[in-house]
Amino acid sequence: MTIQLSHFSAALVFSLFASIVFGITQRSTRRDMILYGTKCFGFFVVGTILASWIMWVIKR
Amino acid sequence: MSQTRSKADAILSESDQNTMSVLAPLVGWLIPGAGHLIQRRWIRGLLLMICVVAMFVLGVLMEGKVYGINGGDLLDMLGFVGDLGAGALYFVTRIADLGKGAIQLASADYGTKFIIVAGLLNVISAVDAYDIAIGKKE
Repeated sequence: MTIQLSHFSAALVFSLFASIVFGITQRSTRRDMILYGTKCFGFFVVGTILASWIMWVIKR
Repeated sequence: MSQTRSKADAILSESDQNTMSVLAPLVGWLIPGAGHLIQRRWIRGLLLMICVVAMFVLGVLMEGKVYGINGGDLLDMLGFVGDLGAGALYFVTRIADLGKGAIQLASADYGTKFIIVAGLLNVISAVDAYDIAIGKKE
């Protein structure tokens, strides 16, 4: 069995798991963990979209 | 009498803490999330386990490469160090002869990164388990 994810969906899955681990390990209280994890996920996604637009501009 | 007992309890608890500070990161490295689970951090442990295992398994299913000990190249060696962070998952994958890496697929390259990052995230969670064991973190 194999899975083939698109670049964007792979980036989203990666962001989700990495953000959860970052949230749990980098903060002490439950509230801070959720906030930090959400913030990391947001940065990952926005960063991915920005990077893709930058690459699109460079290619043009 | 009670003072002697509280002193004995303190020594016992310190000894428990010393044992846990060795055991938690080791178990956490070998089995993702288990370092938290043995310290009764059930939700955190389960979440860490799900994240690391899912990421590693997805990487293998995407036909990512699992690096061997002697890749013959510096980047391969770094990949090996990252992969090794996943603990038992790495050894099981190597024994089952999975993770050959299909270089003709773009998603296989993503898979290779998933596997490495799963290992690195597991190292972070093992360090976190150690922090909990020594009382640096709740």
